[in-house]
Amino acid sequence: MDIWSTLNDTFLDWGSMKEVLPEMLKVGLLNTLVLAASSVVLGTLLGMVVAVMALSRKRWLRWPAKIYTDVFRGLPAILTILLIGQGLSPITRHWWGPNPYPLGILALSLIAAAYIGEIFRSGIQSVEKGQLEAARALGFTYPAGMRLVVIPQGVRRVLPALVNQFIALVKESSLVYFLGLLASQRELFRIGQDAAATNGNLSPLLLAGIFYLVITVPLTHLVNHFDKRLREGRPTDESRADDVVREELAHADHR
Amino acid sequence: MQTTVEAASLDVEGVELAFGSNKVLRGVDLAVPAGRTACVIGPSGSGKSTLLRAINRLLEPDAGDVRLAGESVLRSNPDELRRRIGMVFQHFNLFPHKTVLENITLPLRKIKKLGPDEARTAALAQLELVGLGNKAAARPGTLSGGQQQRVAIARALAMKPEVMLFDEATSALDPELVKGVLGLMADLAQAGMTMVVVTHEMGFAREVADQVAFMDHGVVVESGVPEQLFTAAESPRLRLFLSQVL
Repeated sequence: MDIWSTLNDTFLDWGSMKEVLPEMLKVGLLNTLVLAASSVVLGTLLGMVVAVMALSRKRWLRWPAKIYTDVFRGLPAILTILLIGQGLSPITRHWWGPNPYPLGILALSLIAAAYIGEIFRSGIQSVEKGQLEAARALGFTYPAGMRLVVIPQGVRRVLPALVNQFIALVKESSLVYFLGLLASQRELFRIGQDAAATNGNLSPLLLAGIFYLVITVPLTHLVNHFDKRLREGRPTDESRADDVVREELAHADHR
Repeated sequence: MQTTVEAASLDVEGVELAFGSNKVLRGVDLAVPAGRTACVIGPSGSGKSTLLRAINRLLEPDAGDVRLAGESVLRSNPDELRRRIGMVFQHFNLFPHKTVLENITLPLRKIKKLGPDEARTAALAQLELVGLGNKAAARPGTLSGGQQQRVAIARALAMKPEVMLFDEATSALDPELVKGVLGLMADLAQAGMTMVVVTHEMGFAREVADQVAFMDHGVVVESGVPEQLFTAAESPRLRLFLSQVL
């Protein structure tokens, strides 16, 4: 058996790739981006609500947030997607017909919100207590202090983790295919899988994989960029050593 | 520093405060007439910082009363009360995600409801007063500790408080930077601000304060004019404390 020839036929059938490319671009890429972007937006909004509830001093707000997080983080994504996508379908078909697409977005968003909520919570909790105390001492109410001073700082600190979560969402969007999408609703994986089944080789799936990388690799570099900026944004020992000199110069100016 | 202040008197009467079973304040009395400076000295854990937080109700007193310009602060809305009492912290607590200017304009705009131009003008004027007009666009993290504390003082003063509380404002600074901040506080006292200053800077207490209160175990053990306290302390605990810090 010629190994290279077999591998070539399985993964690098350029004809299959060329054939599926237009559909992958126009339908698959678009749907993957819509699924991921919608879930990112909804998941981020819901995640912020979950985080604020989890940090509340009121137990009746804290506990639901904790239970929500435990449940949606603890279940396999595919199980949640099927339970919501198929379970809620009899109810939602009265609103938008038997279309599983919105329920797929809802399921992805609910899963994402559990993770994003925890990311936000840890970020907000990492902000020094003195920040809220200073805001309160100036006369800000507790909600205003949180909204204007604490939460913006907490969110900045977790940007890398947040982008990592967005990357996970792009990949998890492929699981929505389990809900049985219409031809025009198929995302990258489903189109690749259908074409692979038709052509009898995995080249279309490899092409789908390349598309996923085109989306996720720049996001990975964005994470690295945020990470670097957050690290280098902090004052260095050298800059601290210059403090005294700067202070003296400032005094000299003042005089 | 030339600034106009509308100072109010501050009277602390029998204030008690506990964290669970730990009684931190056990009936503190302190009277500061309008325009005067009281320095609070004492060992760590004596309740000095807690006292300041009880005055502006960052911590709610369990008993006693605090009167600002003769009126009980316990009857007023805590958020509105804090707008009348400025506070400066040991670790500055500037908002690092805002520029120096925005640190001052944020409360002016959101609390005092000033317009953007009005807030900016007021903030820049305050920065000029503390000698940092040229740092308006800088991030707090790029400033020295002394500069950050001066910005924090400017931020508090911009709210036009009637009383200023200083919680060990120079304790986190390198020795070389302490002088500038103390000088600014002395100017403020000179300008007629009512101030309660928790400090370990005995030189400052001696030279600037109108009265000094020595706290230990949650009570004011002894208080009086600086000269009397530093040279003729009556309480053995104060004498012991002074022998350790002077």
